[in-house]
Amino acid sequence: MKVRAQFAIVFNLDKCIGCHTCSVTCKNVWTNRKGVEYAWFNNVESKPGVGYPKQWENQEIWQGGWELKNGKLELKSGGRTSKLLNIFANPDMPEIDDYYEPFTYNYAHLQNAPLSEATPTARPISQITGKSMEKISWGPNWEDDLAGEFHKRSKDKNMDNIQKEMYGQFENTFHMYLPRICNHCLNAACVAACPSGSIYKREEDGIVLVDQDKCRGWRMCVSSCPYKKVFYNWESGKAEKCIGCYPRVESGMPTVCSESCVGRIRYNGIMLYDADRIEELASMEDTQDLYEAQRRIFLDPNDPEVIKAARLEGINEDWLTAARNSPIWKMAMDWKIAFPMHPEFRTLPMVWYVPPLSPVQSQIDQGNLPVGPDGAIPLAGSMRLPVEYLANLLTAGKTEPIESALNKLIAMRSYQRSIHVEGQVDTRAIDAAGITEEQAKEMYRYLAIANYEDRFVIPTGHTEETLDDSFGFQGQNGFNFGNDSSHGVSKITLFPRRRKDTVEPKELAPASDNNS
Amino acid sequence: MNLHHFVYGIYPYIALSVFLLGSLQRFDREQYTWKSDSSQLLSKANMRLGSNLFHVGILAIFAGHAVGLLTPHGVFTWLGVSDMTHQMVAIWAGSIFGGMCLVGGLILWVRRMFNARVSAASRGSDKFILTWLLITLMLGLSTIPVSIGHANHGNPSVMIALAEWVQSIVYLRPDPSLLDGVDTVFKIHLFFGMTVFLVFPFTRMVHVWSAPFGYVNRPYQIVRSKRKL
Repeated sequence: MKVRAQFAIVFNLDKCIGCHTCSVTCKNVWTNRKGVEYAWFNNVESKPGVGYPKQWENQEIWQGGWELKNGKLELKSGGRTSKLLNIFANPDMPEIDDYYEPFTYNYAHLQNAPLSEATPTARPISQITGKSMEKISWGPNWEDDLAGEFHKRSKDKNMDNIQKEMYGQFENTFHMYLPRICNHCLNAACVAACPSGSIYKREEDGIVLVDQDKCRGWRMCVSSCPYKKVFYNWESGKAEKCIGCYPRVESGMPTVCSESCVGRIRYNGIMLYDADRIEELASMEDTQDLYEAQRRIFLDPNDPEVIKAARLEGINEDWLTAARNSPIWKMAMDWKIAFPMHPEFRTLPMVWYVPPLSPVQSQIDQGNLPVGPDGAIPLAGSMRLPVEYLANLLTAGKTEPIESALNKLIAMRSYQRSIHVEGQVDTRAIDAAGITEEQAKEMYRYLAIANYEDRFVIPTGHTEETLDDSFGFQGQNGFNFGNDSSHGVSKITLFPRRRKDTVEPKELAPASDNNS
Repeated sequence: MNLHHFVYGIYPYIALSVFLLGSLQRFDREQYTWKSDSSQLLSKANMRLGSNLFHVGILAIFAGHAVGLLTPHGVFTWLGVSDMTHQMVAIWAGSIFGGMCLVGGLILWVRRMFNARVSAASRGSDKFILTWLLITLMLGLSTIPVSIGHANHGNPSVMIALAEWVQSIVYLRPDPSLLDGVDTVFKIHLFFGMTVFLVFPFTRMVHVWSAPFGYVNRPYQIVRSKRKL
């Protein structure tokens, strides 16, 4: 057993209102620069839809993620030799139009135009060429709220094995939002595909980063990430991706997308896992077993054996405490209402999703829906969103775990409704769904109230333990004459190294109360 | 000292020094700029054909030059490779890989110059170096008819003179007079070729140094620790 800690995230889709506050805050903090105008480390898709970039889930097109080749885990796009042979032109590389051509508008013309009969217009301008664009034909969120024709949206890979025609009819339309960031996978395909070895997972919190100095722009990560969450910065020629807001997380703050989420749908916490079992558990024969397999990789932070092994790995006590209070553990392990997205990609993603219920109140009022024992709450299988669709998204098509999760979410409501509306506790629904009153109350606290301190349980990074001289580092970081903050890995330099140590004595002075 | 002596006796050392020290300096201080600088994201069309032809061609040509020019004459004799065989191999390999490189390079050049997105995103140095490489290549290809002419007369002396001149540079005994009997087209090709080394550290060419052979033996997953282990 090799215990590692992972900074993990859950998105409660049931409460996502598709406001894009997460996307906008993220863009303003991290990608408002030339070369990554088109890149959204965080984006929110309307589903069903082809998404961003177009058809990202269809690995027949992009060859992203892993597959079993003769029982052995291998990159779907091919192994190391194939990567090197294709290095001059990556055959699976998306083109800018698969995302969209980044644009702005000629706003100045509104003020500079001479007096005329017609109102002046601000024409779109390509942010790549600087030239006028005839027409904007795709954008970062082109399918917002089911915009566009159904037959185009229904190319959505999750619609496979679903009777599409039926859901094309207006009465049967369904819709959900899908916020997406980098999954900071345990078995990351981008890391594996990088020929120069510039992408790495941080040992202390599992955040996956691209070493900007070591990236050579071979572009294999872009196509190998099945979630298409590594982007090529066409200005700098380097790969860039969601950095898990590591400077914030190290300080104990949630990621900026999580912090700014107005629906309070985002949870940040620590999960302990067994790094020795990654390959074994990502190699399940049946893709439908991968969700359960990934649950087995997590280690119980209350288990004394795990605690002992974690301490041996140098994991700090406050991290173990955080792991015990992790909202991620509660949702993924205790309540089993959170799921990894597309486990069939075999990357063991660490952003998990609580599936959404569908708004069906008017259908219930008209008596069109079968309801549960309380006569007010519908059954999971009868809701607008087909369970098969959610299963294709979250469990490689296995419907039972999704149905069970939806039933728990419904039962929690039924239970609370009995308390607050009927004034009389009714446990029939939660009994049927297999949760206790205690759990139903806690689920209510975490999912409905969603207090800040319940959503975000983030221990601070222990920089003081990893630096020779943290006082000296404090004075130099940010006031930059080189790569002071990056712990650069260049061992050899032509030039004199900077004197990083301060003249402060490293021995601790005795505390004042010891003087007496 | 005349121009000939400068270009073929001193310029090679300027070019090689700038090539080595410039590369080292850039890698050390400006590694963020060290990259292949791919534009495949902006336009995929013809990239597989053009880029593969160009790269395979140019790498083979480079290897051919290195082996053909740097191998001491005695080694070829010892291996039983006659001068005429050597020259015919050089003509054939140069034609095949030079042709591949030319076709691929032209595809890339047209794209670089006339694809609106690629052209707009290109730096001046990107357009310069591709054009310069293509001119060097075409000069190199236009030496082939001359070489065939020499070969038809059973005369390998020009090829031997070129190899000896290159070796005189490498052994730090520069002897520009070795090139006295060499046709002008070779000399112009030499100047263009040396200039590629001179400008190398200031262009995207530096990615050649970073060919990722180490990937073949690397474990897939990389974890970096900040702990002092």
